[in-house]
Amino acid sequence: MRIVVAVKYVPDINAERKFADCRVVRDPAEGTLNELDENAIEAALRIVEGLDETEREASETVAVTVAPPEGDVALRKAYQMGVDRGVRVSDDALAGSDYFGTTAALAAAVRRLESEAPVDLVVTGMAALDGLGSVVPALLAAELGRPALTFAKQVGVAGGTLTITRVTDEATETLAAPLPAVLSVADTANTPRFPNFKLIMAARTKQIEEWSAADVGLDAAAVGAAGARTETVDAAPRPPRPEVELVTDKGEGGTALADFLIRNELV
Amino acid sequence: MTNRTVLVLVDPATSSEGVRSSVLELLTLGRSLGRVEAVTLEAPTVEALAQLGAYGVETVHQAELPPEQQGDARHLPAVVGATLAAAVRLTDADVVLAPSTFATKEATALAARDLGAGLVIDASGLAEDGEGGIVATKRVFAGAWDTTSRVLTDVAVATLRANAVVPEPAEAAVKTDVEGFAVTVDAPAVRVVERTATERTSDRPTLEEAALVVAGGRGTDGDFGPVTEFADALGAAVGASRDAVFEGWFDRYIGQTGVTIAPRLYVGAGISGAPHHRGGMQAAQVIVAVNSDPEAPIFEICDFAVVGDLATVLPQAAERIKAHKDAQAG
Ligand SMILES: Cc1cc2nc3c(=O)[nH]c(=O)nc-3n(C[C@H](O)[C@H](O)[C@H](O)COP(=O)(O)OP(=O)(O)OC[C@H]3O[C@@H](n4cnc5c(N)ncnc54)[C@H](O)[C@@H]3O)c2cc1C
Ligand SMILES: Nc1ncnc2c1ncn2[C@@H]1O[C@H](COP(=O)(O)O)[C@@H](O)[C@H]1O
Repeated sequence: MRIVVAVKYVPDINAERKFADCRVVRDPAEGTLNELDENAIEAALRIVEGLDETEREASETVAVTVAPPEGDVALRKAYQMGVDRGVRVSDDALAGSDYFGTTAALAAAVRRLESEAPVDLVVTGMAALDGLGSVVPALLAAELGRPALTFAKQVGVAGGTLTITRVTDEATETLAAPLPAVLSVADTANTPRFPNFKLIMAARTKQIEEWSAADVGLDAAAVGAAGARTETVDAAPRPPRPEVELVTDKGEGGTALADFLIRNELV
Repeated sequence: MTNRTVLVLVDPATSSEGVRSSVLELLTLGRSLGRVEAVTLEAPTVEALAQLGAYGVETVHQAELPPEQQGDARHLPAVVGATLAAAVRLTDADVVLAPSTFATKEATALAARDLGAGLVIDASGLAEDGEGGIVATKRVFAGAWDTTSRVLTDVAVATLRANAVVPEPAEAAVKTDVEGFAVTVDAPAVRVVERTATERTSDRPTLEEAALVVAGGRGTDGDFGPVTEFADALGAAVGASRDAVFEGWFDRYIGQTGVTIAPRLYVGAGISGAPHHRGGMQAAQVIVAVNSDPEAPIFEICDFAVVGDLATVLPQAAERIKAHKDAQAG
């Protein structure tokens, strides 16, 4: 079983996230692996761990990121969790990519990996916590011509078929598709493991392969700002909220709360 | 206003209350951009048609799907995406609008890919710029920043968050016709083994569309009684933090990986205000919190807050609100 996990390098949600010149500031000190991609890595590792020994021995998990060099932070974390290989697709031409540009780069990287040996499964997170698009998995599947099973809460792989259960706002569904396929996992799918000491030490010296747009056969004009179909023209921080009106409950807190709502015509 | 055609996805076409309010919002917004037409994958009810007419929709394009895509399969993003793309080609539409849900995000993305169109996910507004192009605004980074982006392609595809505009019927109602159109889907097959539509039996408003929302967190210690009692006094929807849902205390949570809301009022009780949670509610107009910890991070983004035990504060507030409502009614 050969599995590619798409992992994104994003600004830490706990840090102060900002824009400069309409682009997200990716400060290496405050950049991290998208937390939701830990669920994707965990899902991939569990699928491999569920195989019989011979199949497991023959398996490979490859974490791929499309990011500037700072994105290695995300790949190191993936190594710490236990993936076998890390690949970063970096190119100045990729700066300013929209969903379609990012997807094209990811698909090109998968195709290059596929030229070595078949890729059975591509696993992604349910969303990147910076843009919260939740569209790259479906687009990637379309780009690769593979079925997409997204937002999985439960994942099963058996006899060349991928089966998932998902709970959306609309319905609870069980979906199935033949491999090779694209899978995205929800944050409810699993609890990502904590890296053990041995893997943390090993991750330090693991090699990260760096591929350019040309290395993966990408047309530079089709990606990045040059190929983008939308352009951010303005980004501004919200004005600070007015100081909070804080009431300490000494027996009248509930009444004060109700009065605030009544006063503001919210009742 | 130009002679643009704006297609609005009405899917599912019906709910117990007819057309969903998030869709009525899109019809309202769509009218400010051009002529609005609707796209659906199932036959609209008589009530839904009347509502669409009231909102100025003359034509509803109903997909005629191949047999293998009918039934449960018609909810698959690949099927909805192919329908939207085919509808744009049929009508020569300039703008496609859908409410933001996990499934519609994927469907609109696939349609945009097919059409070579620009895509905006989770817009909080959409307008025409000086040169006749489409610009979208978005609230990002847990509500801390506003961005504006311009769509550079002829066709613009967008999903919009609920409560972006106030739904308003058209000045004059129109007669609405349903026209079928053929859709073919050539995406790799996904098999729907089983599908159970979520029944919303609750008398409370739907979380993502409600104007008033009360949410409970770990601070409820498992007892959502005070939260629901207070919500019902207000006529509000009820939500939770992810921790409360993972504990099994409630079924739906607000936040970056849960439901994103932008109501007039959000009240968080026993919720600390973690960045993941804020990401889903910080766009609320008025934010109120009840928390026993005077240092709770949620206070940083509140308009009004009570430092206290939610188990005593909420019931007292509920009593006061009920009394106020009774006085007004009497
Ligand atoms: C990848 C990822 C995604 C996530 N996505 C989401 C998401 O979408 N939505 C979400 O909500 N969370 C999400 N989380 C979890 C999030 O990080 C927080 O852990 C969670 O929001 C905390 O829930 P809470 O506020 O209920 O609990 P806590 O943080 O434990 O806060 C409980 C609060 O209750 C107060 N309290 C205690 N007793 C009382 C009382 N009697 N009366 C009043 N107040 C009381 C305490 O002072 C405290 O502030 C995510 C986490 C991860 C890792
Ligand atoms: N630049 C990227 N590099 C690698 N994977 C990505 C990238 N962007 C998105 N993904 C993957 O796609 C998922 C959904 O991202 P998004 O659609 O941007 O919310 C993420 O959880 C990742 O698994």
